Formats: sequence, structure tokens, C-alpha cells
Amino acid sequence: MIIAEQKPLEEIREMLGDAKKVMVLGCGACVTICFAGGSKEVGILSSQLRIAAKKDGKELEVIEDTIERQCENEFFESVKDKMKEADVVLSIACGVGVQTIAELFPDIIVLPGLNTTSFGRPKEPGVFAEYCGGCGDCILDLTGGICPIARCSKSLLNGPCGGSENGMCEVDPKTIQCAWHLIFEKLEKMGRLDQIEKINPPKDWSNSMSGGVRNIVREDLLEVKLES
Amino acid sequence: MKSNSNLEKVFASGQLAVTGELGPPKGTNIKVIEEKAKHLKGMVDAVNLTDNQTAIVRLSSIASAKILLDIGLEPVMQMVCRDRNRLAMQSDLFGAVALGVRNMLCLSGDHQVFGNHPQAKNVYDIDSVQMINMVKTMRDDGKLLSGDEIDGEFKMFIGAAENPFGDPFASRVPRLAKKIAAGVDFIQTQCIYDMERFKKWMEGARARGLHEKCFIMAGVTPLKSVGMANYMNNKVSGISIPEDIIKRMKGVPKEQQAEEGIKIMVEQIDELRKVEGIKGIHLMAIEWEHRVPELVERAGLLPRPKFD
Repeated sequence: MIIAEQKPLEEIREMLGDAKKVMVLGCGACVTICFAGGSKEVGILSSQLRIAAKKDGKELEVIEDTIERQCENEFFESVKDKMKEADVVLSIACGVGVQTIAELFPDIIVLPGLNTTSFGRPKEPGVFAEYCGGCGDCILDLTGGICPIARCSKSLLNGPCGGSENGMCEVDPKTIQCAWHLIFEKLEKMGRLDQIEKINPPKDWSNSMSGGVRNIVREDLLEVKLES
Repeated sequence: MKSNSNLEKVFASGQLAVTGELGPPKGTNIKVIEEKAKHLKGMVDAVNLTDNQTAIVRLSSIASAKILLDIGLEPVMQMVCRDRNRLAMQSDLFGAVALGVRNMLCLSGDHQVFGNHPQAKNVYDIDSVQMINMVKTMRDDGKLLSGDEIDGEFKMFIGAAENPFGDPFASRVPRLAKKIAAGVDFIQTQCIYDMERFKKWMEGARARGLHEKCFIMAGVTPLKSVGMANYMNNKVSGISIPEDIIKRMKGVPKEQQAEEGIKIMVEQIDELRKVEGIKGIHLMAIEWEHRVPELVERAGLLPRPKFD
């Protein structure tokens, strides 16, 4: 899933400027799971905006709504009229959701209420950890199912570096586990330590963002669309 | 000879090699390099030029290496994976070799969060193991990573760092083996204070014959004060200073702590050079370049060998 977190309230208020009517639009997918942009957060953020406006003596109407997914066209049907009534739509979906609105509704001003951070999962209550770097060339078969691209601070393919201490990464010893420590222990348990001494060659980054924007075009599915 | 560098010749002659380290200035003031180099001349076989160490912008290691060559000192040019992709690395390596650099050290590099540009985008296109192998291919096959042929001669003595004090400990000998398999010629270790752990690591290396497959240099840094000892122990990841060393530093008045630090260093060097498989000492006298003549003298590392 996509992990995101809400922008600071002050930053959001600054973005909203003098808008009189704001629609806060949540998303029922990933950002609901990570407690950043679901219907609950729509309610809380809307209240915060109303209170802050009132405190400053500013006129502000806030409309609240949440759709199932902001990344797909079909889910906007039920809210599109309400969206058009507002001066701005504050989307608290991931960056994909914000851009879907911008593309589908060119006349609507859409603003991002979240910072989208990573591909990850809710590891434990309150902890949303990064797991995948979206590099386009998965090597989890070589690393005991632990991704060094996303989970090593230096994305090393032949770690661990010297900055690993007690299983933690020096970049933030409180929150970041050393991915290569985990990989080493996992391979050791699997009886595959021979793997740790194999030199992983330089990675082909052309499948990552380094190779340019990645749009997958599936000819087989295109044909289906034409036939229907 | 792979590089014909002075450092390679010292190793080849079977004598204990000594390298020093020089931190380039945070600016264009070449005099800083000239001043520090003055103290190192004749005292060490080659001098490491750090590459934006601790992720703080400094005069480049390539330019510093050239300045050193002009003064008549042999450089070990450090290169980190943090700031350059494979294109920039290979291009800069052409430049370094063309300017006469013959030793280098391949490093991952400190993460930029520790430096003066924590907002920077890092590179890490290839890692230090891959860099070693890339440079070896450039030297031995005359080819770039892409397979393209190199126009001209490419000679380089390839070094890397190893940290026996990083975790997990069991990964540290395999990682040395990996760097050797990638083609490393010499290793400089992280500064050693925990002698017990270091010896255990060397034991593991010897058990696999790794000490005969590359030249291992033991890293040493003299402690200037108890404050420095505490800082390195607590703040620098992968360095642990045993309690008895800290106690020794604490046990003398402030103005005698530097002297105590030197005494400890001399004892460490005496002990390290007796460890089977140690082929050199890498002396990192951090911002203490002017004390190096005294340090190497007292450690019994003089005179340095000379070759025609």
C-alpha cells in the first residue's frame, strides 16, 4: 500500500488562502489504512480548519466527503457535483489521487493535504514502514525477502556498510533497522550464507525512475478495450 | 606491478607500510593542504585524501591529490558512492589517472544526513564492492562498466575500507572476502580501539587465508582528549572504545591527555604490527597532521623506505 501523512495544518491553511468554500475529500484505500486520509481524518481535518478560521475571524465553509478510491475515474461519479460547488478541493489521498482529480476535472482547483512517502505496510500499531522502492527490477529472491533498495539507507546491494550497530542503521538508530543485518540473519537461518558472498552486480536502474517515466502499456488489455 | 605506486612497492618489498590521512579544506585555500602535507612528507608512504568526509563539502579529493603530487607526496584518492553515479565515477577516474593518481580507496561514503547538506539527493548508483570491481575491470581489462574500451593506460592500486566493529560481526569476514573477490588490493580498517574484537576478526580472516590475498592495514587514530574518546565512542557508529582506554584518558589531567593518547597509540601500533597478517598501519591523525612526525617517530615507523 501507499503510505502518506498529513501536511502540517499551517501549511494546509496557507495553501487554502482566501477560499471560502473548501471540500475536504478523503480516500477509502491506502490512506485510510495508514490513518492519514480516510473519512475519520476528513472529519478531524475539517473541524480543525473550521475552528482555525473562526479563531481568525475568517469565513469558511467546509464540505466533507470520502470516496472509495481517488485513483480511479469511476468513483468520482457520486461527488463530482459537490466538488464543482467548492472553491477548492483539498484532497487527502496520495499524490495519485490528487493528480487524478487534476486530470479529470481541469476546472477544479485541487490541493494536496498529504505528503506521500512510500510503499509500505502497517508493521505494528502506529508504525507505517517502507518496504518497496518500486525499482522495477525485483531482487527479493536474492536477499531473503528483505529489500535493500527500500530498506537500506544507502540502497546497497552488497551490505552491510560500517554504519550498522546492534541491528540498527546509523542514519536513525531509533527507527531504522539495518536491512543488511536482517538479510544476513535471514540467509543464515535459511542455511544460505553462501548467497551473502556472491557479488550482486551493479543494478540496472533503467527500470526505475532513472529510466524515465514508467507507463506500462499492455497491448492485450488495449485490445479488450477496443473490442468492447 | 598493478600501479607502480610507492605504496604498492612498499607492500611488495615486504616492509610494513604506513599511510596517513589529510582532510582537504572547506574551500579553496590550497595553503591548508600544503601546510598539512609539509608535516607528512617523508613520514608516510602515501596519504589518503578524503572525499567530502562526513558528507561535508570540501575541496575535491581529485584536486587535492593533484596538489599533493605536485608537492611530491603520493596520494590515496578516496571516492565515495554517495555523490557520483557510474558515469561520473569513471570519468573522474580517467581524470585522476591522467593526473598521476595511482592509489584509490573505494567507499560507500557517510550518509548525507550527517553532513552540511542533509537535504541533498544521494546517488548510490553502485556500491563500494561494485566500485572495486569496476575499477579492477578498467585496469585489468581496459574496459568500462559498459564494456567499452578505454583509450589509454589505466593503472590503479585499489583499496577499500573494512570495519570489523560494525554489526553483525559474523558478516565482517565474509564482507572482506567479498571485497577481495571483487578485486581489492589493500584494505584500511576503521580505527581500532577494541583490540580483542579486531584480533578475532583477523583470526577469521586468517582462517580463510584472506590475509594473503590482500594487504591489510590496521587503522589507528590517536585520542587527543577524553572528550574526543567519549565522542567517538558514543556518536560515531561502528567505533567502540573499551572502558579501560577511557579510564586511562580520564585518569590524567586535561593537559596531559594528548600525551596519554599518544602513549596508547604507540602501544596499539606495537601490538597491531605483531598481529599475523597485518601489512601496514593507516594513521588517521584527525586535524593533527602537524603531530604526525612525532607520532610515527615514537611508534618506531621511521625511516620510511625509498625506491628509485
